[in-house]
Amino acid sequence: MSFKLDHQMFLVLNVVIGGLVVASFIGFILSRRVQSEDKRVTIDNLNARIRAWWIMIGIFAISFMIGPAGSMLLFAFVSLLALREYVSLISTTRADHRTLFWSFFVFTPLQYWFWYEGWYGLAIILIPVYAFLFVPIRLALAGETTGFLDRAARIQWGLMVCVYCISYAPALLTLNIYGYQRQDAKLLLFLVIVVQLSDVFQYIWGKMLGKRKIAPAISPNKTWEGFIGGVATAVALGTALWWMTPFPPLVALGMSLALALMGFAGGLTMSAIKRDRGVKDFGSTIEGHGGILDRMDSICFSAPLFFHLTRWFFVTHLSWFR
Amino acid sequence: MLPRRLREKTRPVAAKDYWNSGIRKRIAVNAFHAVLVERGSKIAEGDRMAAARHTLDMLLEAMGEKNSLIVFPEGTRGNGVEVGPFKSGIYYLWSKRPDVQFVPVYLSNLNRILPKGEFLPVPVISRVTFGAPLRPDANETKDSFLAKAHEAVCALRDA
Repeated sequence: MSFKLDHQMFLVLNVVIGGLVVASFIGFILSRRVQSEDKRVTIDNLNARIRAWWIMIGIFAISFMIGPAGSMLLFAFVSLLALREYVSLISTTRADHRTLFWSFFVFTPLQYWFWYEGWYGLAIILIPVYAFLFVPIRLALAGETTGFLDRAARIQWGLMVCVYCISYAPALLTLNIYGYQRQDAKLLLFLVIVVQLSDVFQYIWGKMLGKRKIAPAISPNKTWEGFIGGVATAVALGTALWWMTPFPPLVALGMSLALALMGFAGGLTMSAIKRDRGVKDFGSTIEGHGGILDRMDSICFSAPLFFHLTRWFFVTHLSWFR
Repeated sequence: MLPRRLREKTRPVAAKDYWNSGIRKRIAVNAFHAVLVERGSKIAEGDRMAAARHTLDMLLEAMGEKNSLIVFPEGTRGNGVEVGPFKSGIYYLWSKRPDVQFVPVYLSNLNRILPKGEFLPVPVISRVTFGAPLRPDANETKDSFLAKAHEAVCALRDA
């Protein structure tokens, strides 16, 4: 597992940075021309998001330059921050303390270490099997029976979403696709670009045309107009990026669609959790975006599917395409 | 974290029985300029009055004319759900220095980071909420002063 910064990668990063320059410029113009007070709030939030994007892209680019170890470490750190936000939000009791400690400081590092070593078999069962069994065992040993199943499920859920699912993103670097060796970093970039563009364009289309709410009880900002516009835009752009992936154009289209739909599902599901806990955002780590988990929710849900689809069709069943 | 200007003249009041040895002492005294005091519960019954007076003198001296003190009026970590009863120290501090502002502060989630009796912390996000300074009447009794302070902290928790 290693990769090089080839000209395609270079091109894509430049386009992303160029896009941000344009976005910053538009944001600047809008902030100059805005008149009314509630539009001001929207524009300020937009500009905060753009600034945060610069920082996120910067961190991402640096970790790419360090290589696969850098990416693994980056995502491991993201998992820890996400789990931290999640655990802060759910209610835990005194008796959960040791189990939480294991989740943060044993299961999270182990998960990323297994991927880094390329131990696929262990990496895909560590949390759904072993952590799944360990959590209730450790809780039982703590001796507190009140709300036992709830407490166990909460911790298991946190590990699955914040650690296991997010770890599938850097796991793309371990795929070793025939004819695409040492280029896996572009696959990770493809995942992040398509999913985040889908989020961004759902936000933009929703702000512009949004009327019919999809699930008003869960998220007032999710509208059919935003959803359809965002997914369509992300699929179009994802398909246009087929050359940076190992996929033929039509497959890139299908993959983009899967990514955008799962990303949307992730955002909706995580919103339901936030609603249940009575908050709007998971945290305040990223200005304008809320917490890490607010930005990662769509990656959480789309990365596992993207990984397994790619692995099935382009690693284990590659012959179907040749 | 407090701004540097305030940090330099803010001193936490901490339990001597816990913080007075080895690395803990170095952290408490050198890094945080803590004032270490005896806890009433750790002193034999007969000596408590004298010890309390000594502690009060120490606090008044540490506060001086320019320093602030951080006092944990529960005297220990609680169960994280309720705000425990307040010890009377802050009342005596107020009766000696009624000119000083008593600012209620609520710390959320601290008990989840490191519950009592545990030694490995979990990185849960905690939040510090500051309230408006207490406004005690001049003729406040010990119980009414403590009740007022307790109520002010609880109000921050519920906010």
